[in-house]
Amino acid sequence: MSGVVLAALLLILIVASLYLFVAKPYWFPVLASVHGGSIDSLFSTVLVVSGIVFIIVQGMLGFFVARYGQSGNERASYWHDNPKAEAILLISTAVILTILVFMGQRVWASIYFVDAPADALVIQVTGEQFSWNFHYPGPDGAFGRTDPKMITSANNIGLDRSDPPAKDDIVTVGEMHVLAGRPVKVRIRSKDVIHSFFLPNLRVKQDAVPGMAIEVWFTPNRPGAYEIACAELCGLAHYRMRGFLTIDDSQENFNKWLQQKAAEQ
Amino acid sequence: MPVISEEKRNRRIVPPPPVLPGGDGGDGGAGDFGGSFPISKGQLGLWILLTAIIMLFAGLSSAYIVLRGLPTWQNIALPSLLWPNTAVLVLSSLTIELSKGAVRKNQLQAMKAWLALSGVLGLIFIAGQLAAWRQLVHAGVYLPSTLQSSFFYVLTGLHGLHLLGGIAGLGFVLFKAMRNRLTVFNHEPLKLCATYWRYPGGRRRRCTN
Amino acid sequence: MHEPHTAEHAHPQLGFWRKYVFSTDHKIIGIQYMITAMAMAVVGGTLSMLMRYQLAWPSLLSPTMAKIMPDAFAGGVMKPEFYVSLVTMHGTIMVFFLFTAVLTGGFGNFLIPLQVGARDMAFPFLNALSYWVFLLSCIVIFSALFVEGGAPLGGWTAYAPLNAIPAAGPGQGTGMTLWITAIALFSVSGLMGGLNYITTILTLRTKGMSMMRLPLTQWSLLVTSILGLLAFPVLLAAGILLLFDRVGGTSFFVPAGIIMNQVPLMDHSGGHPLLWQHLFWFFGHPEVYIVILPAMGMASDILSTFCRKPIFSYRMMVYSMVAIAALSFIVWGHHMFVSGMNPFLGSVFTLTTLLIAVPSAIKTFNWIGTVWGARIRFTVPALFAIAFVSLFVSGGISGIFLGTSAADIQLQDTYFVVAHFHLVMAIAPLFAAFGGVYYWFPKIFGRSMNMTLGKIHFWVSFIGVYSVFFPMHILGIGGQMRRIYDPTQYDFLKPQQPLNEFITVAAFILGAAQLIFLFNFYWSIFLGKRMTERNPWHATTLEWTVPSPPGHGNFGDELPTVHRWPFDYSVPGEKEDFIPQTVPATVVAH
Repeated sequence: MSGVVLAALLLILIVASLYLFVAKPYWFPVLASVHGGSIDSLFSTVLVVSGIVFIIVQGMLGFFVARYGQSGNERASYWHDNPKAEAILLISTAVILTILVFMGQRVWASIYFVDAPADALVIQVTGEQFSWNFHYPGPDGAFGRTDPKMITSANNIGLDRSDPPAKDDIVTVGEMHVLAGRPVKVRIRSKDVIHSFFLPNLRVKQDAVPGMAIEVWFTPNRPGAYEIACAELCGLAHYRMRGFLTIDDSQENFNKWLQQKAAEQ
Repeated sequence: MPVISEEKRNRRIVPPPPVLPGGDGGDGGAGDFGGSFPISKGQLGLWILLTAIIMLFAGLSSAYIVLRGLPTWQNIALPSLLWPNTAVLVLSSLTIELSKGAVRKNQLQAMKAWLALSGVLGLIFIAGQLAAWRQLVHAGVYLPSTLQSSFFYVLTGLHGLHLLGGIAGLGFVLFKAMRNRLTVFNHEPLKLCATYWRYPGGRRRRCTN
Repeated sequence: MHEPHTAEHAHPQLGFWRKYVFSTDHKIIGIQYMITAMAMAVVGGTLSMLMRYQLAWPSLLSPTMAKIMPDAFAGGVMKPEFYVSLVTMHGTIMVFFLFTAVLTGGFGNFLIPLQVGARDMAFPFLNALSYWVFLLSCIVIFSALFVEGGAPLGGWTAYAPLNAIPAAGPGQGTGMTLWITAIALFSVSGLMGGLNYITTILTLRTKGMSMMRLPLTQWSLLVTSILGLLAFPVLLAAGILLLFDRVGGTSFFVPAGIIMNQVPLMDHSGGHPLLWQHLFWFFGHPEVYIVILPAMGMASDILSTFCRKPIFSYRMMVYSMVAIAALSFIVWGHHMFVSGMNPFLGSVFTLTTLLIAVPSAIKTFNWIGTVWGARIRFTVPALFAIAFVSLFVSGGISGIFLGTSAADIQLQDTYFVVAHFHLVMAIAPLFAAFGGVYYWFPKIFGRSMNMTLGKIHFWVSFIGVYSVFFPMHILGIGGQMRRIYDPTQYDFLKPQQPLNEFITVAAFILGAAQLIFLFNFYWSIFLGKRMTERNPWHATTLEWTVPSPPGHGNFGDELPTVHRWPFDYSVPGEKEDFIPQTVPATVVAH
């Protein structure tokens, strides 16, 4: 009796997981970057492979507990080794996993081992408890000097406005604009503790580590308004270290925002 | 018989399994067991303790190696007392070996003398290390001054604790020796103490190069 | 049954305090570990209930809670710093003070001498000291909840510099210092225990108990102890450095130029935050296996007993455990794919991580192979052991996603990770531990637990854990970050809120089911059905050949001699369907 109930529960588990992962009542946030597509399809591939294994193993477990319950004086079979079957399972597991490693590493390499295009828009991102600062180089394409000593509540990143390249720099808090189709390179820093720069829709996540400047790049491709989150516990208000990302649909809109921000500096 | 028919039924589902013993079969009382383990439980316990201490220092040393590669690393001038201190420590490992050698030749008085000398040398080493710290402090190098000074104080401090543990053990062995509990046939505590003592010698140079 | 007097002879008359409190008997120490860890589990579990409450109804006003905990629920809503301190304390208590303690300290202490055929541990005094240091560490970590500023809020992983700088938040002062102290004490206690476990298993095995005749529980405890021996000192080293960063002004993990709340920290220079992560995870990943391996060993033995069938491929079970242990030291970087670590290392760690999946898969196949062709007796421990296999599979498979570095970019630090590690290293071991309690309870206390309550406990728990932790994968895919106080702050997470509510309701039911277990446990210690036989489950290992509970010295006048491996169930042609390890070979007609 218990065996049948347990088997039924395992069957429910299989059906429920099929519903959750195939019918997808909830799923990834809307995709808005080029490389995100390859991450999503890698996920799907792993999902199919591991899903099959999941169903087979849970299914076999369920079938056996339903089938091999104790009845009367029957004895269990006395066998406890099968080198051939074990070797086959070992090798096939290793082969499947090796294939997955190589598929995964192709995607990994395409994200991390390829330099950003020369025309990429460079933005310096600085995390702090509990907000994101964005630093644009302005029309001259060069970032002004920053100095921790100059940090005030009005000058979050300590930008030295007397430095010539800093004259046209744009600094915003919690607000980031990029242009659809134009690669973006972000240089991520932190002022205090470790944060993690997370763009859920763009499949971008990179820790912001104090003392390091870490660069990642991506190409946004779907105009719209999105959210920026912090994914690494950074203190009591970690949950509201939220920012706003706008992917502009045209150069005009992007420039308009830049000019508007420049006026506010 | 139901047993056999059941087995046949299973064999239709799976390939016939070879009947191999999974463990060491049912061959009576043969095979290795605890009593045949090559070293005593005391020695094994000590080696386990030493392994843990090795891992502790390995963790610290790997941190040292990682941070030494950073551009912010600054070298400090190490106190001159380190070299004589090291010599004292090497000497003490020598005397404890001599003590072990003496007990093997049943020279119990010599054993006690060498043992006591080792303890005294150990204490001199600790005093020397404290004096070395004083030297550093006089030079204006404190625990937080640079990464290297931080490592120096932490590593030498932990090494000093490690040695104090050794000296305590040594005192215990000496106590036993004074009551004539150590003999040519039964001097395992001394052997363990010598193992513990011998081992840290190579470790402590880490923070000085 | 008439108890042999021999056991009593070896037992000097000790007073209550020496016999049951300051005892050096491994059985008493095992019980002490078990009960202390259970008390810690009640604390850790209660914290998780508060967390689930907050996650489901983040802005619901609760005047009742405000009355119970006026500091934490100022104005009727939980404070964010309280929430993150719950996260930290729940993780810390469950990983260290429940699982590490109950599996090796509790079951390890009780079972090692009994199953290898020894009278006690190799160093009984050290063993007792290990427990008392453990108890002290429990008190220290518990006290962190009640100091000024509250418990630390940096998570159980204690990343620097958040946990290196007291100014980084409330709880990062005294609370965090207590945290480090407790973990250091725990490491020392674990070392004293591990030293005993390894020495006892290696040197005190009785005649005929060769290594390849050890029950899998013993193999798993041996491998686990070796892992702990190599991993915990590294955590201790990291903890020492972190403590110096906090109180000594050093800068091991704190880089120069940190500006906390617009105030520059002038006295720090030169350290590296990622160093902490490397040291922590060098310990942290083996720690996962320190928890899961004993669970695997116990589940294997229980499964075989109730399948009435030898474990499938004993040798592969042993080898895979050793392989998992060895590989566990070279996979730590998979916790750090997006940490800023060199991406080339990310590739290396992906490879090693999927490598470690192979022995884990082998173990799963072997459990399935054990059930195949069995004649299962569906007792409560059997149900928990079978459920362990299912949970381990569910939790293990999501590890493939996380181990694949590219897929991990999106999943890192989301509830997908939370779902994965809860299933594989918390719930699966929990089920093995429950199975172990129901299985060995008659041996430990000489009474049986109530099996009707046990079955209710099992069914509610089994449905409960899947309802709680399976949907968390979906939350993580949807992007919900770990350790956030209020998911509804984010528009992209709002649609998932019904899932959060569902999980919380399921978690409350799951939590309530554990009360049944607690009641059953304590009630049965004093009023459970007395055991009349030594071997109620018809098992083969040595502990079942002695009275329940075993007397001081375990085995009477003479230590048993072992003649066979521990899995002789349903040997064809035998009268009984089990042959204890002590039965000589001549009786067997192979």
